[in-house]
Amino acid sequence: MEENLVTLTIDGIEVKVKKGTTILEAARQAGIDIPTLCFLKDINEVGDCRMCIVEVEGRRGFATSCIQKVEEGMVVHTNTADVTEARRVVLDLILSNHVKDCLTCTRSGNCELQALAQKLNVLNIEFPGEMTKHEIDDLSPSIVRDFNKCILCRRCISACKKVQKVGAIDCINRGFESCVSTVGNYSLNDVNCTNCGQCIQACPTGSLHEKETIDDVWVKLKDPDAYVVVQTAPAVRAALGEEFGMPIGTNVTGKMITALKRLGFNKVFDTNTGADFTIMEEAHEFVERFKENDNLPMITSCSPGWVKYIEMNYPELLPHLSTCKSPHQMFGALVKTYFAKKEEIDPNKIYMVSVMPCIAKKFERQRAEMKNDGLYDVDNVITTRELARMIKQANLDFEKLEDSSFDNPMGEATGAAAIFGTTGGVMEAALRTAQDILTGKTLDKIDFEQVRGGDGIKRATVNIAGKEVKVVAASGLANAQKIMEEIKNGEADYQFVEIMACPGGCVMGGGQPIKSSKIRSEVDVRALRANCLYSIDEKSTIRKSHENPILKQIYAEYLEEPGSYRAHKLLHTHYNERPKYNFKEN
Amino acid sequence: MEEEKQCQCGNNEKDEFLEKLCTEYKPIKDNLIQMLNEVQEHYGYVPIKAQKTLSEFLKITMAEIYGVVTFYSRFTLKPKGKYNIAVCLGTACYVKGSQKIMDRLKERLKIEPGETTKDGKFSIEETRCVGACGLAPVFTVNGEVYGKATVQKLDQVLDELSAKE
Amino acid sequence: MKTIEEIKEIRKNKREELDLRVNTKADTREKHILVCHGTGCTSSKSPRILENFKKIIKEKNIENVRVIMTGCFGLCAKGPIVIIRPEDTFYSNVTPADCEEIIQTHIIEGNRVERLLCKDIDGSLVNRLDELNFYKKQKRIALKNCGVINPEDIDEYIAFDGYKAIEKVLKEMTPDQVVDELKKSGLRGRGGAGFPTGKKWEITKGYEADQKYVVCNADEGDPGAFMDRSILEGDPHSVLESMMIAGYTIGANKGYIYVRAEYPIAVKRLQKAIEQARDYGILGKNIFGTDFEFDIEIRLGAGAFVCGEETALLESIEGKRGQPRIKPPFPAESGLWGKPTLINNVETYANITRIILNGSEWYSSIGTENSKGTKVFALGGNVNNIGLVEVPMGTTLREIVFDIGGGIPNGREFKAAQTGGPSGGCIPAEHLDTPIDYESLKEIGSMMGSGGLIVMDNTKCMVSLAKFYLEFTVSESCGKCTPCRIGTKRMLEILEKLCSGQGTENDIYRLEKLAVNIQKASVCGLGQSAPNPVLSTLKYFRDEFKEHAIDKRCRTNECKSLAKIQIDPEKCKGCGLCQKHCPVNAIEGEAREKRVINPDKCIKCGTCLTNCPFHAIN
Repeated sequence: MEENLVTLTIDGIEVKVKKGTTILEAARQAGIDIPTLCFLKDINEVGDCRMCIVEVEGRRGFATSCIQKVEEGMVVHTNTADVTEARRVVLDLILSNHVKDCLTCTRSGNCELQALAQKLNVLNIEFPGEMTKHEIDDLSPSIVRDFNKCILCRRCISACKKVQKVGAIDCINRGFESCVSTVGNYSLNDVNCTNCGQCIQACPTGSLHEKETIDDVWVKLKDPDAYVVVQTAPAVRAALGEEFGMPIGTNVTGKMITALKRLGFNKVFDTNTGADFTIMEEAHEFVERFKENDNLPMITSCSPGWVKYIEMNYPELLPHLSTCKSPHQMFGALVKTYFAKKEEIDPNKIYMVSVMPCIAKKFERQRAEMKNDGLYDVDNVITTRELARMIKQANLDFEKLEDSSFDNPMGEATGAAAIFGTTGGVMEAALRTAQDILTGKTLDKIDFEQVRGGDGIKRATVNIAGKEVKVVAASGLANAQKIMEEIKNGEADYQFVEIMACPGGCVMGGGQPIKSSKIRSEVDVRALRANCLYSIDEKSTIRKSHENPILKQIYAEYLEEPGSYRAHKLLHTHYNERPKYNFKEN
Repeated sequence: MEEEKQCQCGNNEKDEFLEKLCTEYKPIKDNLIQMLNEVQEHYGYVPIKAQKTLSEFLKITMAEIYGVVTFYSRFTLKPKGKYNIAVCLGTACYVKGSQKIMDRLKERLKIEPGETTKDGKFSIEETRCVGACGLAPVFTVNGEVYGKATVQKLDQVLDELSAKE
Repeated sequence: MKTIEEIKEIRKNKREELDLRVNTKADTREKHILVCHGTGCTSSKSPRILENFKKIIKEKNIENVRVIMTGCFGLCAKGPIVIIRPEDTFYSNVTPADCEEIIQTHIIEGNRVERLLCKDIDGSLVNRLDELNFYKKQKRIALKNCGVINPEDIDEYIAFDGYKAIEKVLKEMTPDQVVDELKKSGLRGRGGAGFPTGKKWEITKGYEADQKYVVCNADEGDPGAFMDRSILEGDPHSVLESMMIAGYTIGANKGYIYVRAEYPIAVKRLQKAIEQARDYGILGKNIFGTDFEFDIEIRLGAGAFVCGEETALLESIEGKRGQPRIKPPFPAESGLWGKPTLINNVETYANITRIILNGSEWYSSIGTENSKGTKVFALGGNVNNIGLVEVPMGTTLREIVFDIGGGIPNGREFKAAQTGGPSGGCIPAEHLDTPIDYESLKEIGSMMGSGGLIVMDNTKCMVSLAKFYLEFTVSESCGKCTPCRIGTKRMLEILEKLCSGQGTENDIYRLEKLAVNIQKASVCGLGQSAPNPVLSTLKYFRDEFKEHAIDKRCRTNECKSLAKIQIDPEKCKGCGLCQKHCPVNAIEGEAREKRVINPDKCIKCGTCLTNCPFHAIN
């Protein structure tokens, strides 16, 4: 064991760490918090920003602690006069080319640059000068880019190019004019962006953020003619509390519902109910295809970032996609039809708001296919972060709110729906229903452990009704790409594939609370949020979608049966090949 | 009108060039800069169309290709003028007063380095050492070197070129 | 394909045939007319001179005369240059129209064309090349073949011991012996930093890998430097041969030459050289009957100075933006595509074959204690003999500028010399007698760099010079790390402030603080050395900075905004022409009276200057 340990001295403290550890990690283990900015563990380890520089005895120049590894007997100084001055000068330079409208910035209070300026006690800019100017790109329905606040850490580029293998953005130009942009500086809306929002999650400043649409919600909430309905996605309840200082993974379902009611929504519904519908439709679709061996594997379609990605990159595989709409779209469609009819409300007056962990949903809701009788299924999508802002605007002390329950008549959901928010969850929920359909029995097996956990690709073979079913759940688009290549090249014979665009699934979606680089390297945020959902599932009395009484009722009263004509009209959709780039060529 | 004409006559030939280019190279990433050099040479700039072709051929995203094109000063995104005048701002020429030549050029043509005059006739650029330090200061017109340059000599050359069609 | 015996045969026969190239007393009736085809002479039409000679010789049916293109002779200021061997007559500033006369007078009648003979600085006519002061103190090792052989003819290279070193290495030496020889020679990297070459080879050799690479850095980006280009143009095979030796030594079978696309002649000659070497079987498999194989490819740079930095260069070969990598790991461990890679620059390679053939003892006898051998400099700026010079390490700056360079033109004073380009610094007159080597230059705040040596007379403003270099760095910074990307821009802004009279003394302090911290915190050599021109000018010419900041004065008048235009009352005749032409009515005074310039209104356009018939305005 000793062989794998390296002993070094950092600021006079002797540290023993594993071979291959970076100087930064070793220092953190010794309780020394070397500042970083461009560093994002496992994603962006490039050493560009120069905040993490340290002195290593016997080495010429500063070492880059975030990437350089420890060596036996190394003597490191993280805070000599030379290092501190250089670090301050570097931060000063970064700030000199950063628009400092901090008070009115969406990231104020949760900005890594701001935190660093405080940490290093930079109180005035010693080296001001010309600033690079960029036009704000807000043409995308999901993402706003304001590169006047960009500090060129390139974390977004790594998220897009390395983690997601999309590569919509990259570093362009040279020297002082360098910036992060798209081909030809076209809008994100016109290039191969999938709207997954992992770039936002990676951004340490306010340079990238969601296209905020809460003002439209406020207008409707104050409009006496509007009937404003809200639904909340599974992953929101596992993360919303973080925006109010609660521990990561706290289940705040009850408080969230109370807050939404206090905001003035006419009805507060649960997207989980929509998720149960998705399972019903999808499980039946799967069973049909499985029996007929038709277009297998079947691939899930709940993740709109993923759907856009496959439309752009693998159009030949589109027939494999499940035709099911995503849960909130299904739910929106039912609210404007079944619910409107039942409660005798003019569907034209219903304003359907979805609270989502996702910014691609903002794009999805305005797809032409997501309309029924001229009305959009969903009228507005806001993110977890935006909801937190609304709650703050409404002067609600979130932590002190009482718990309450979702409204009827569409307010009940199963444990299967809750786990939709994490990678493997849709697969597991679908398997629970599919096995009962295929066997015609109510089986006791509920947990499918093989598809749980944080791995990017989880392959499993499950036995259903005496038949082997090969399944795989992949999250993150780079992993999705691997699976698609396997399918395309005939290297795999999966029957059922679950894909989530965001690594870890919706709990790590582009609309979730943003965690700093330091937290991300120290805490497994995904696991904490996912565990919250699994425990909701475990505590649920009903854990299979097809056993949800509301579903039974709505199918009986309105939809008839899964896959019926009406179900297809409201709950299913279709896909089209989509060009990656749709700007005009010169 | 003129622009339209240019586009049409260029179209068929352009595609042929790119198709041929893609047969001459293996589809591996490392070839990007070599291929871009050929594109620049052929068109006098790197059109988006060529970037798209290379993106598909080499399996590199367009953003990355655009990043490479905008990194290297040899690659340009707009066509250069009929007469591309480059003033050497290498040290040897600088010490001999090449900045004055550049200033005069900007004044006469009313464009900045990297730009092309509206009529498409002239473009100017800064270069670093064309290797004719013995003739400093120098400027080049479409690669032809004019040594021991003075403002008067530049004016003379510009007058001659302006008179030409 | 040629066998080793056939190549030896070529060497023997060709060497006899070409004896007149290096032997002024050669017993031959033949004459060789050498026409320089370096970039400088090519751009002043030397290819047409070559053609003309050929045409005339053919027309007149002259026998025993050959016209040959060669690489650079070095004295670019006198180009185009024509040399006639074996007598070694040196004709300068030749035009295509002069060919007829040279053939008639020199070749047919046997007399010299006096008007074309080169004049030395003292005005004396120079008969032979080696009489020129310019060449007297030089020692040509790296440039040995430049100007002697036709670079596009592999046989001529072979004649002068070409591909003998690789043969020796393959037949007689182990890789360890090669490393040893290099270490003993004391050769250090000529690209700038001066890392011991033998040690670099040893380290790269030491890493185990299934694939290794040899790279030649020919991305000579230092503005005003053209050493590497001249070697590539004049003696491309010597670079190929040394890369092969490197390949054998470290265990690589593949080499890349990364060369600027801005050097079309060099690229063309390299391509030709590679093709010829492949034809002869010198590049390829089973070289000289051994199991050693090696091949070389050219990769073109696309205009980015930073690609001269070795890791940026590797990124560029891989087809990416030329952004440097963080070191360690060094390329010797993880280079091209993550494989151990040996990178040396052109001039370093050009020394290797000579060391192998002549021995490390011979090489280490030249130079100073810690800097062995010679260094090629591109001498430019305010100096009479602009050109390429190769001198033993330890030669003083005074010898280079005044003996070889012929001093400063127009009777002006020497102010400073700049070495190392945008990464180097200025050397003032007080250090003219410093023997030049890696350490001494560093000590006085400059650096060897790749070999640009720019001389400045006293009309040059040092603040403007610092600004010039910062402009360069700012436009060439890759943008990867913060200190270089934003810091150099801020330095430039401060220098602009100083030059426009907006600066304060505090700006000098801020400039220094920035410079020091950019040096320390930048990722690569470009950023780390970018502040050098500022720091060294601050060191030796601080007074000038202070004058700009405090007195708002530029002693050279180079900074236009600081220039004050005044009318000399002694010379003014009151004609009023200046007043009439002033575009901003800044000139005051009544008719027939002496005029005065109102400095508050004056925009220093200089119109009055050109219009004054009595030269009263300055």
